[in-house]
Amino acid sequence: MTYDIRPMETPSRTRPHLIQMPTVDKPEAAPLEQAQPKIAIKDLRFYYRTYEALKGINMTLHDKRVTAFIGPSGCGKSTLLRVLNRIYELYPDQRATGQVLVDGEDILDPRMDLNLLRARIGMVFQKPTPFPMSIYDNIAFGIRLYESLSPRQIDERVEEALKRSALWDEVKDKLRESGLSLSGGQQQRLCIARAVAVKPEILLLDEPASALDPISTQRVEELIADLKSDYCIVIVTHNMQQAARSSDYTAFMYLGQLIEFDQTEAIFTHPKERQTEDYITGRFG
Amino acid sequence: MAVASSALYHRRRAANFAILALSLLATAAGLIVLFLILWALLSKGVPALSSDLFTKPTPAPGNQGGLINAIYGSAMMTALATMLGTPVGILCGTFLAEFARGSRLAQLVRFVNDILLSAPSIVIGLFVYQVMVVRMGHFSAWAGTVALAIIVVPVVVRTTENMLILVPASLREAAVALGAPQWKVVVMVVYRAAIQGMLTGVMLAVARIAGESAPLLFTALNNQFWSTNMNAPMANLPVVIFQFALSPYADWQTLAWGGALLITLTILGLNILARFVASWSTFAK
Repeated sequence: MTYDIRPMETPSRTRPHLIQMPTVDKPEAAPLEQAQPKIAIKDLRFYYRTYEALKGINMTLHDKRVTAFIGPSGCGKSTLLRVLNRIYELYPDQRATGQVLVDGEDILDPRMDLNLLRARIGMVFQKPTPFPMSIYDNIAFGIRLYESLSPRQIDERVEEALKRSALWDEVKDKLRESGLSLSGGQQQRLCIARAVAVKPEILLLDEPASALDPISTQRVEELIADLKSDYCIVIVTHNMQQAARSSDYTAFMYLGQLIEFDQTEAIFTHPKERQTEDYITGRFG
Repeated sequence: MAVASSALYHRRRAANFAILALSLLATAAGLIVLFLILWALLSKGVPALSSDLFTKPTPAPGNQGGLINAIYGSAMMTALATMLGTPVGILCGTFLAEFARGSRLAQLVRFVNDILLSAPSIVIGLFVYQVMVVRMGHFSAWAGTVALAIIVVPVVVRTTENMLILVPASLREAAVALGAPQWKVVVMVVYRAAIQGMLTGVMLAVARIAGESAPLLFTALNNQFWSTNMNAPMANLPVVIFQFALSPYADWQTLAWGGALLITLTILGLNILARFVASWSTFAK
């Protein structure tokens, strides 16, 4: 097993006035302007019991693009992500009002079938969450939920998902071993593979690299760049460089409000709001 | 070091030594009692171990005999009671931890279960005597099985609930996020994560009922002869030990020691087996 240990494309350490945009060439399918809207969020409010955690969010997320949510802890960025697949419904004290239109269909509609919705919208969490089963079964679990395939077809899908998430070479000889036997970075790529294997339309990533070492982080970021060609990707991150490196659009949130939302390059080079500038230059938050 | 703090230092060292000595003493006291019991069991029980013990039924005083009818009765009633009580206990524990967590109903069920858990087994024996033995007009192995099953249920409910609560919410969220319906999340993911503890709970329950004599005195009673009829009184180790140990006959007393050793070794073996099975299933191959 060999690791690519080139240093990451990090901005210079001389604390620039604004974070430099990385010079990595992004494999653009089409110019940003041609991106198709995928998710339209309209006047979204969210409550933990009576506490209003999101105070009227309006924004449009694009297909085949990466959108990053940034902001200080408690600003509501993870909450917003958790509305997009309605995973908050697991907890009876939490509720959302407003509209979240995915391809024009309001997913906050109470009649929405949550299981089918979540099969369309994959999610990867901050901490790797491999299921206590084999590497193979971790991937096959999701596939078997909504498709009745032959064992051979499932084999193919598992292989495809593991290749897609750049894990195949590392695990192909131990597919029957426990998913828990992998390293943290491998576990997180397994979780991404698991989410990708069910062929969702949207991929939600909640600080997917915050528990990983730099090399694993780089791999996950490369993976995101690769997956972008097929999915609408939303990523929550505390890491400004990561947002700058891997996203096309960036949303800056503060105290439950969307302060600024624009193309990533614009946010990091000439933000319109003072709060955004203060945050990304590290003067606050 | 200043004089005052030096005095403090010595006082702390003395206190530390005293606490350590007391802890060691308490540990030694517990272990010594345990080893005395084991020594008595081995020294008096081993001479009773013979092929007769496993091939012949309980004898009349002064005759050759063994415990095969009691071994069969105990094995049969313990196994059937475990089969009856475990599913009820696991389903109830699952309800408490997965479906009704935090609700008033769950609090009520948990409270009632705790009462059942601490109810003296002789009360359970009397209850089954009243509702089964009196109505049927005779003692029976079925009544004994039911009494033991009633003891199994609260133990399994408690351990199942506790073990399921220990499973991190992130694992459930990860499975739910793939679109898995709740029953699949519970059965295929949460149970797998908790299987070791749940098995331990079942083993605890088996260990508990394998040595119970009070509930069997009122229900299965005893049987001097070989009998496989579940609808009739059935011999069992605890009641035979009770009867034989209190008898004035030396050969009966020896058999009682043999029976006590058998129960202890069985419980020891079951515990070792449970650990082996649990560790084997956690690292699924």
